[in-house]
Amino acid sequence: MTTPILELTEVCVERGDNTVLNRVSLRVDAGEVVVLRGPNGSGKTTLLRVAAGLTAPIEGTVRYRGSDDAVTAQREMLWCGHKSGLKDELTARENVAWFQQLRQAAARDVDAALTRVQVQDCADRPVATLSAGQRRRTALARLLVADANLWLLDEPFTNLDDLSSSIVHECINTHVSQGGACVMAAHQLAVDAHSHYRAMDIGAAND
Amino acid sequence: MPLMTDRAAPSLAAAVRAVIHRELLLAMRRIGDLTTPLVFFAVICTLFPLALGPSRELLALVGPGVVWVAALLAQLLTASSIFRQDFEDGALELYILAGQPLAGLIAAKVIAYWVVTGLPLTVVSPLLAVTYQMPAAAVITLMASLALGTLILAFLGALGAALTLAARQGNALLSLLVVPLSLPVLIVGARAVALSSAQSDATAALKLLAAGALLSVVLAPLAVAPALRIAVD
Repeated sequence: MTTPILELTEVCVERGDNTVLNRVSLRVDAGEVVVLRGPNGSGKTTLLRVAAGLTAPIEGTVRYRGSDDAVTAQREMLWCGHKSGLKDELTARENVAWFQQLRQAAARDVDAALTRVQVQDCADRPVATLSAGQRRRTALARLLVADANLWLLDEPFTNLDDLSSSIVHECINTHVSQGGACVMAAHQLAVDAHSHYRAMDIGAAND
Repeated sequence: MPLMTDRAAPSLAAAVRAVIHRELLLAMRRIGDLTTPLVFFAVICTLFPLALGPSRELLALVGPGVVWVAALLAQLLTASSIFRQDFEDGALELYILAGQPLAGLIAAKVIAYWVVTGLPLTVVSPLLAVTYQMPAAAVITLMASLALGTLILAFLGALGAALTLAARQGNALLSLLVVPLSLPVLIVGARAVALSSAQSDATAALKLLAAGALLSVVLAPLAVAPALRIAVD
């Protein structure tokens, strides 16, 4: 059996007196796309944050390729949260280029990434002037310039029209076909349309 | 595309450069935010002579203290904003998950913040010192003490900002937290300028500030990093 890219074992998270996650386990292998589903407040985002290392579970373990070292984990994965981390005053290109420098990914082409998510025409406009969908796609372009095995995406399809969504699906498919993996929270996504996506219902696993 | 291979550890130096570059670029695009503490500093320093009257002896006596108090308040004025925007727009999560020592990135960010806040205060201070009849030697001491002192204050402010980031009413808490910590900086800084004005040797005080600056650059980020991790949790 190969080592999974990500393995969460019996993870528990509490917020005040509420148990947000109760003994949730998740295993993600290379080439897999896991879609976390569940109603609002079911803990999809929390599970992603635990996987990213932003939230520490009170119980349970998180391992990246068998290791629990945080820095290794951070180099293995890319997080694209609900809050984009884009700076309004900077252009789309500056935002993406900065992320690439921060991650020091082997020089991937920033322009190619922007073209891939179809924001090339507004790449030199400040992000503040972009539409919600364009901003979302700019945020996702960051995934393409930094190489990491695991993508953790929180509601990546918010604000995206059908065409944009299909671009994102295409990027995810390319990524997993190259040996990557992806975990995303997407409460509206019809998993049936993407036969290789594996759905995980959080509410049910969490009872 | 070589996925699934062990990546060489990326260098911190390049990430630090990226952080400083971005912070300075952002400061350029928000030039208005930058001028607020500077105007505040200049206004306080020019109001005092108007209120106290034109007595040369009196102004020379209060000058070091007034300029230093004004600089301290101007520097702390913007402290709460150091991490505020990064916290709200999600950039803080990107820093935390960058795969780099967070303290190193924070040190870079705070130094960039000092370059756009404390350094301008230092640069304009000679103009204001003229009002207080400061001799040339004291002006040089003033600039040196402000450069070092505002650097310490920037890091103290960052510490307070990180600790109060997730708190409601964080601003009031921030002042309560940081002002007491900054008192030694004020005392030593103002004393250095006063000594210099009286033609005494201020080297010891400046060395003390330099030591404080070194300590805060190295140690403060180590405390800020866990505070930020808690804030985003």
